Amino acid sequence: MTKAAAPAVPDEISASCRVPLLVLFTSAALWLVIGSAFGLIASIKFHAPAFLAACPWLTYGRVHPAWLSSVLYGFCVQAGLGVTLWLFARLGRAPLAQSWLVILGAVTWNLGVTLGVLGILGGDSTGFETLEMPAYGALLVFIGYLLVGISATLTLHQRRERPLYVSQWYLLAALFWFPWIYSTADLLLLKFPVRGVAQAVIAWWFADNFLTVWLALVGLAAAFYFVPKLVQRELHNYYLALFTFWSLILFASWAGIPSTAPVPAWMPTVSTIATALTLLPILAVALNFHHTLENTYSKLASGQTLPFVAFGVCGFLVAGVMRIFGAFFDFHQQLHFSWFEPARQFLNFYGFFVMVMFGAIYYILPQLVGFNLPSPKLARLHFWLAGSGVLLLVLPLAVGGVFQATQLENPAIPVTDIAHLTLSFLRVSTLGDVLVLAGHLILLGNLIALTVRFYRSQAVTAYSEATADLFKTSEVKP
Amino acid sequence: MNYGPLVFLAAFFALAGSWFGLVLTPQVQVGRLQQTNSVPGGATYPVARPGLAREGLDVYRANGCAYCHSQQVGQTGTVCDVVLNEIGTNPPALFAALGKLKGMSEPQARQLVSGLPKTILAGKAKEEADAATKALNAAGAKAQVWIVAVGPDISRPGWGVRRSVAEDFLFDYPVMLGSQRIGPDLANVGVRLPDPNWHLLHLYAPQAMIKGSIMAPYPYLFEKRKIERFPSPDALVLPPQMAAEPGFEVIPTPQAKALAAYLVSLRADIPLFSAPVTVASASAPASTNAPAGATNAPPTNAPAK
Repeated sequence: MTKAAAPAVPDEISASCRVPLLVLFTSAALWLVIGSAFGLIASIKFHAPAFLAACPWLTYGRVHPAWLSSVLYGFCVQAGLGVTLWLFARLGRAPLAQSWLVILGAVTWNLGVTLGVLGILGGDSTGFETLEMPAYGALLVFIGYLLVGISATLTLHQRRERPLYVSQWYLLAALFWFPWIYSTADLLLLKFPVRGVAQAVIAWWFADNFLTVWLALVGLAAAFYFVPKLVQRELHNYYLALFTFWSLILFASWAGIPSTAPVPAWMPTVSTIATALTLLPILAVALNFHHTLENTYSKLASGQTLPFVAFGVCGFLVAGVMRIFGAFFDFHQQLHFSWFEPARQFLNFYGFFVMVMFGAIYYILPQLVGFNLPSPKLARLHFWLAGSGVLLLVLPLAVGGVFQATQLENPAIPVTDIAHLTLSFLRVSTLGDVLVLAGHLILLGNLIALTVRFYRSQAVTAYSEATADLFKTSEVKP
Repeated sequence: MNYGPLVFLAAFFALAGSWFGLVLTPQVQVGRLQQTNSVPGGATYPVARPGLAREGLDVYRANGCAYCHSQQVGQTGTVCDVVLNEIGTNPPALFAALGKLKGMSEPQARQLVSGLPKTILAGKAKEEADAATKALNAAGAKAQVWIVAVGPDISRPGWGVRRSVAEDFLFDYPVMLGSQRIGPDLANVGVRLPDPNWHLLHLYAPQAMIKGSIMAPYPYLFEKRKIERFPSPDALVLPPQMAAEPGFEVIPTPQAKALAAYLVSLRADIPLFSAPVTVASASAPASTNAPAGATNAPPTNAPAK
């Protein structure tokens, strides 16, 4: 153990993180743009069912999972891993360990996601929601995660600041959460498939542990780091944050089985109780941030990072409350089949996780390359586009979903009529898709511009260093 | 203090608990489910889907049909109806019993029993329905308790007569229960629409079959080709405005045929111990000892083709 080593300075950490994190963040942003483009295509299908219908690769049932896989595996996990590495290095005051593993892992991961998404579009989807990527893609994705995870674990192990901050708790749990759930689900669904509805139960278990637990652990870890740091206050209550950690991993991990499921009744019952208990972490998060921010709420509007993170935390709280709310409606069974459920999911990953990651990336990037963003105004525009896009995407679908569910309750209303009712809401949400996509393009542009600028300046320095010698010798000669 | 191992152990046990509860236990309980028997009837259920329908399941999976269609019917409860099958040997006693049950006069009761079998009482608890049946049978009539599932899904025409249960999906891989009802539920689409040709036409031109449908057409599952010497017997019979130009015909690909076969194989209407319901075939005279509707052929084996 390198206990004796002196804490690394930020410059040293940034230098060790630079290339691996640029690779992770740039490819994540690229996937986000690709994914959102798929999302837009899927959304346009509700304006014209025959849109691109002749092309099997772009039928709704393939574009929709391609969208979710690109966003979840392409962006969310990749950006989450990048932020994990950076937080481990910064909080542990140690340079990134074995950074070549991260680059190798990122390449493997991206290859896996590419194969997986192409597989889905080509008709090789597994048929399990959130696990659609076929086995050949999933295997590479898993290996890629392990490679990055080894580097993250080593970085944490070699930390020179021994006490752990609460963010490190969250990230360490998340780090090993994903390979466990992903390998379990892939082995029991794709390699040695179990029988009958046990498949559905395992798929729900995975989706819940990934979309609720993993995203929350990583997203909240980043929020617990950035909010106190940027408003220059201590986190209000460290133990409350630990309570959030415990209640989250204990309750949210049981909440996956929907009440409609054709399985023995105890499973949905246990999940409903667990869902109700997720109110505890939600309240604890709200309380902690409220007290941390008391009287300084105005600071949230400043800078490039805080607005995103603040929006994200609100997204987390609202999505969590929507979930509890949905489980206790009279018509919750129909609500589960309505657009309310996708609305909650979009809010959870677009409104919470992706937004927090944007904020984190905008903070980390300038530190990595030693330049400020080319245009802070552009980041601001990105915030407004992404924020209004998420609202336009989620609100109409949530409201439309409630209408849809009440009408599904009434057998006198034909399904076609209900579909037509939801169409108007869906069409508004297409606008949200467009805004979100525009915002993501800005992120990608910012990332590429900064990387190019950094390497150009590197080249200029290298060139002048190399040529400086030349000038010296030419001066001496005569 | 070094909390690293503690965090690791905490997360390990939390996830291990969830894994034990929602992966291992379901696998032990429903992952080892075996075929069961219909009640009444005793026929083996479920039977594996016929080969073409099994291929169709893969077409259903590849094209992501489950993103718009659920395959699970819910029910909110079970009630009992009392059905009168025969007047029997002692009409005056029956009218008296009916009068007592429903608080009606004799002429009203006389009118009620015309056109049997008829539902006399609907939506009652088991005890009440049993008592009523006993009273009617004591009066020489032949009455029977019908078990009826209720709920918004069941009330929708053709969606199903009982809730979906784990047994319905025993032989499917992957099990695609679906999470959205952008379109109608398909758990019983084979009961509701048993004609594969209807499904082929619907896949080719949804709006021609269901007015106002928002389903996407699937032209890539069909082939438009020139009629050679004779028109193909497989060619779709399209309405005039949809028909191919003269000299051409639209032929379903093997994929389309498999998908249609899969869709008509979707039927979860067999009464089971875990989802009791009285189906029409069981309304045969209850006076014999033979279980109602018992035949040698399993009821779901024949695709309605």
